[in-house]
Amino acid sequence: MYHYDDFDRTLVTERVSEFRDQVARRLSGALTEEEFKPLRLMNGVYLQLHAYMLRIAIPYGTLSSEQMRTLAHVARRYDRNYGHFTTRQNIQFNWIKLEELPDAMTDLARGGLHGMQTSGNCVRNITTDQWAGVAPDEIEDPRIWAEILRQHSTMHPEFSFLPRKFKIALTAATHDRAAIRVHDIGLRLHRNGAGETGFEVIVGGGLGRTPFVGKTIKPFLPKRDLLSYVEAVLRVYNQYGRRDNIYKARIKILVHELGAEKFGAEVDAEWQKIKDGALALDPAFAADVAARFVYPDYEKLADGPAELTQARKNDTEFERWFKNSVSSHKVDGYAIVTLSLKPEGAPPGDATAEQMDAIADLADRHSFGEIRVGHEQNLVLPHVAQRDLYALWQSLYKIGVATPNVGLVSDIIACPGLDYCSLANTRSIPVAQELTRRFGDLALAQNLGRLHINISGCINACGHHHVGHIGLLGVEKNGEEYYQITLGGKADEDARLGALLGPAVKYDDVADVVEDVVATYVELRERPDELFVDTVKRIGIEPFKERIYAAR
Amino acid sequence: MPLVKDGQIVSDPYLRVLDDAPAPDDTAAIVPAARLLADAGELTRRAGPIGVLWPNDQTISELEPYLDKVALVALVFPNFRDGRAYSQARILRERYQFRGELRATGQVLRDQFLFLVRAGFDSFEVVKPADAQAFKDAIHRYSVFYQPAADGQLSAFRRRAIAHRTGAASPSVERVR
Repeated sequence: MYHYDDFDRTLVTERVSEFRDQVARRLSGALTEEEFKPLRLMNGVYLQLHAYMLRIAIPYGTLSSEQMRTLAHVARRYDRNYGHFTTRQNIQFNWIKLEELPDAMTDLARGGLHGMQTSGNCVRNITTDQWAGVAPDEIEDPRIWAEILRQHSTMHPEFSFLPRKFKIALTAATHDRAAIRVHDIGLRLHRNGAGETGFEVIVGGGLGRTPFVGKTIKPFLPKRDLLSYVEAVLRVYNQYGRRDNIYKARIKILVHELGAEKFGAEVDAEWQKIKDGALALDPAFAADVAARFVYPDYEKLADGPAELTQARKNDTEFERWFKNSVSSHKVDGYAIVTLSLKPEGAPPGDATAEQMDAIADLADRHSFGEIRVGHEQNLVLPHVAQRDLYALWQSLYKIGVATPNVGLVSDIIACPGLDYCSLANTRSIPVAQELTRRFGDLALAQNLGRLHINISGCINACGHHHVGHIGLLGVEKNGEEYYQITLGGKADEDARLGALLGPAVKYDDVADVVEDVVATYVELRERPDELFVDTVKRIGIEPFKERIYAAR
Repeated sequence: MPLVKDGQIVSDPYLRVLDDAPAPDDTAAIVPAARLLADAGELTRRAGPIGVLWPNDQTISELEPYLDKVALVALVFPNFRDGRAYSQARILRERYQFRGELRATGQVLRDQFLFLVRAGFDSFEVVKPADAQAFKDAIHRYSVFYQPAADGQLSAFRRRAIAHRTGAASPSVERVR
């Protein structure tokens, strides 16, 4: 956990007091809605279809149990008893009243939580691997660098009015769990030939209307240069990014129009002028930030304790969950546990206040008081002793977060869609709910293996449909809801965009078509362990196209 | 439109001279960028100080050769959301060490003041009189800044380092202005 010091706490408190004043000016009429809009956006407040929505940052996805209780309190006191975890390690409350927002923010600030830069055209919440600090395949904890970037970008005097929003993600592991290649800046911490650690810098990735996989403009950037280099990228973008058309304003368009090489050269020219200035990172600063990340005092335990072996043998339901939701930890005798927020028939990523409180208690009992939020809209208990897994599973089962479908076909990522969002063309949540019912048979889901379905209710792509193994994009045709289907997308280290299956299908048919796509895969896969995405890669989209559209 | 300079509401000594109108010899005058670039010699031979209104889509490095001749640079915020002039301001102050008056013009509202001050602006053509009145409150809302910028405020990183060096148990926060 990162522990706030007086500086961090003071800044958040001052921000709440500024926002209280801005809300008061809005309510008195001193600010028009148009003038208020960018101010509320800077604090994570959107105006949606039915009410204001408040988005709270969970920097690099790390939450303490106390913070989780604070979120439960806000859900109970200011919302309708639940919150929605998003694909960017944020949580959203959908039913907040404008006049109560400053109080909700004050309560959040007491827990070190805020909505700063969760919306608006600024550097957004910095995201990273939800397994940071515990993943066996990482070279060091990426959250230290995420925290340095979080601080540097908070209320930045130059980059708070960028052409468009700006998202930065980091990974320090072999396997990319942070989707860094589809971010405005992706940073991959790795070791070079000389054994030093530094960053590969990838720019111009992103989804939305014009999706791109990012391009590497710096294969190895020394750590001391991280802030100056990011500043150079932002400065070039702030001055030359397009502002004439909101759909062409993201950095990916600038990178695409200039070409990655020319863009990289522009950044380099700017960087040369500032790299040895005030932003050159003093190792003491990084050490100071690192020192405020407190790691659990792990016991000396062995892997595979008798309690666990016994329970796996005796309880097949537990065994199924164990195989699906428990991952290796870098410390012997411990495990990483994923809590599925995707039970059959429910909106993906939602948690009730009671669930949040219960998860906080379980985190205290079994995970050193720590919880993680991942971009797949699930939660994680990152430090569970293996001997406690059976007891923990029973508790998780009781509160409905032990569906063993993590990474499987019913672990669907979906945006809020037309049920909440004023930008949406179609609904997303009911499609996800229907699909979780169609694929509710867990044995069948397990047989299908890893299969990601992503649903976006409009071209803005908040459900990341381009990088879903199966992607659904909602479009409106003559007042009716249709869905374009793409196959074969991936967001990991081998990121690629899905290919279009064919003409869009109607709301009433979409679940049937997805079932047909999955059935086609089962028939055409080479072996039972060839993943859906690998079958698509091997045989291409045509065999799917023939099967799906021939029958219709 | 009130002008705030060095924290006070003041009257504006500068005359806006646009297009091809003659610039009076002994009056402070602000001219458009194109005019400065065309007539720099003539304009700076006048007795009165000269200022330039620089568009936010024109590269600021083109102004560098003239910076020792101009007393004021006015940068433009066509709307609240267009932040190009923040970069221009920091480059003028931090890279070119411009020490003259740096003025924010256009859609300048209360909630930008602190960002503007931090980027190096020291005068502000404010749209709403009530915002001009609230200037001091607005720029003193925050006492903690995470990053170094043109206003010379110590960043939180640096203040933490100082606190550690001087042996303070935990960094305390005081107003620095």
